[in-house]
Amino acid sequence: MDAVDGNAIAGELFEVFGSEMTMAVGTCAHCGASGMIAEQRVYMRAPGAVVRCSRCDGVTMVLVRVHGRARINLACFKLAPPYDHAPLADHQLTP
Amino acid sequence: MARAALPGRLNWQLAKVVELVEETAQTTSIVLEPANWQGHQAGQHVDVRLTAEDGYQAQRSYSIASGPEDDHLVLTVERLDDGEVSPYLVGVLQPGDELELRGPIGGYFVWNQSLAGPLLLVAGGSGIVPFRSILRHRAAVGSDVEARLIYSARSLDDVIYREELDTIAAAGDGVDISLTLTREWPEDWTGHRGRIDGKLLDEVAWPATEMQRTYICGPSSFVEAAAGTLVDSGHDPGRIRTERFGPTGK
Amino acid sequence: MSPVSRGFLGRRRPVIDPSRVPPGQYVTSDFPVLSAGPTPHTPLDEWSFTIHGQVDEAVSWPWDEFVALPSETVTVDIHCVTKWSKLDTSWKGVSVDTLLQKVDTEAEYLTAWSDGGYTTNLALEDVTDGKAWVAYEFAGDALEAEHGGPARLLVPHLYFWKSAKWVRGLTLTTNDEPGFWETYGYHNHGDPWLEQRYQGD
Repeated sequence: MDAVDGNAIAGELFEVFGSEMTMAVGTCAHCGASGMIAEQRVYMRAPGAVVRCSRCDGVTMVLVRVHGRARINLACFKLAPPYDHAPLADHQLTP
Repeated sequence: MARAALPGRLNWQLAKVVELVEETAQTTSIVLEPANWQGHQAGQHVDVRLTAEDGYQAQRSYSIASGPEDDHLVLTVERLDDGEVSPYLVGVLQPGDELELRGPIGGYFVWNQSLAGPLLLVAGGSGIVPFRSILRHRAAVGSDVEARLIYSARSLDDVIYREELDTIAAAGDGVDISLTLTREWPEDWTGHRGRIDGKLLDEVAWPATEMQRTYICGPSSFVEAAAGTLVDSGHDPGRIRTERFGPTGK
Repeated sequence: MSPVSRGFLGRRRPVIDPSRVPPGQYVTSDFPVLSAGPTPHTPLDEWSFTIHGQVDEAVSWPWDEFVALPSETVTVDIHCVTKWSKLDTSWKGVSVDTLLQKVDTEAEYLTAWSDGGYTTNLALEDVTDGKAWVAYEFAGDALEAEHGGPARLLVPHLYFWKSAKWVRGLTLTTNDEPGFWETYGYHNHGDPWLEQRYQGD
């Protein structure tokens, strides 16, 4: 199935971070490629949204909703300033 | 309505359906009056959420078709026969109904007059929707940024906003529009035929040296192919912005 | 709850026998395709199924040998954690009992692993005694790639994320080691009848 891109999870990311994140630049922990969230490959039709590096396909971020609360795992996507701020208090950023 | 979107919480709100406008056999524009709309930038989208009586929910994203300066918020939705949400929006939804949505969302795919041109817009199928917003904004603010739109559709009947695009093209206001039809075309068709390829882009886009700002929108495979062709022809990937629709909307 | 969208039903059909539908699920007649990544396309002459890890000796079958193993055709209900359930689905494949007969192990858990990197964890008791198969046909036809073909794990009594698509093997383990979705917050066991969707449920 074709992936969409980070634009598709813009709303969910806004919920988690409290601000627009499509232009956030991050570095893929698997291959070192840098890119904006909007340009990552996103698989939406899953028990969560799986974000993959557009160069190496490695999983960079995973967004799930546990009992309605958005939870994001950014372990493999290092966000660059000024987007590397902490998310809102009522969501989790698992290392 | 003309103010830029404000930062902060992104809340769900109800929008009243004012009017439905059939654009093509499969596509309808939904004219909306949200309860608390703060305005938007051209290229942004909204998330739409449907809730059944038993609590079941489905959510999709739709690009905003209206310009920031227009009177109402408009979404244009293509009905996918095996879809879950689009057959509701195009087929069941009626004026007077309320639609739950949140937005505007997105900063990456935005164009406003502060961004220098020239401007190349490449649309596949319903990927034309955000470009209608961009072109309306361009006209509303009297921008003189030169713009070229390349729009790929299956047939003439599938061209969304056909009259509006004809009017824009004829206005001589710095917007050139090229249509390419991929599956069928009239016998006397003088436009392009077939999918967008390197040859078509060479003819229609500016040379890479012109530093055009490019936006590509449509199904994933369309966007991949168009972006790849541009980059192969030497265009700077850093000046290309892409928005992919999934097989069932976005 | 959000206001109701007048007339919205989604793709669901009315439930005929509620006792077949776990709590919080909706019955569908479609077969939604869910995926965490691109669809792998492993040629059959490069495909094999392996059982290894905490075993005396690893065992592996290439495709021709695998489909020549004793197989079963079963009709089961499947339940996805994203809330859709599909009743009376028909599959053909090799029982995991048949495969495990070939290994000696004292392991109590396993990780199923797939082309593309997907993993999911299961207790051995959840895949034995007629509870699991490696299936290569669906509804009488070869399993399509987007639904997990050439072969996928089939564990219908648990949420369907445990039925790993594009499965290539089982690693038997001493401990229960969370797989892909389990690591991101989904339940280690995943019993739809107890609504074990997320960790802690």
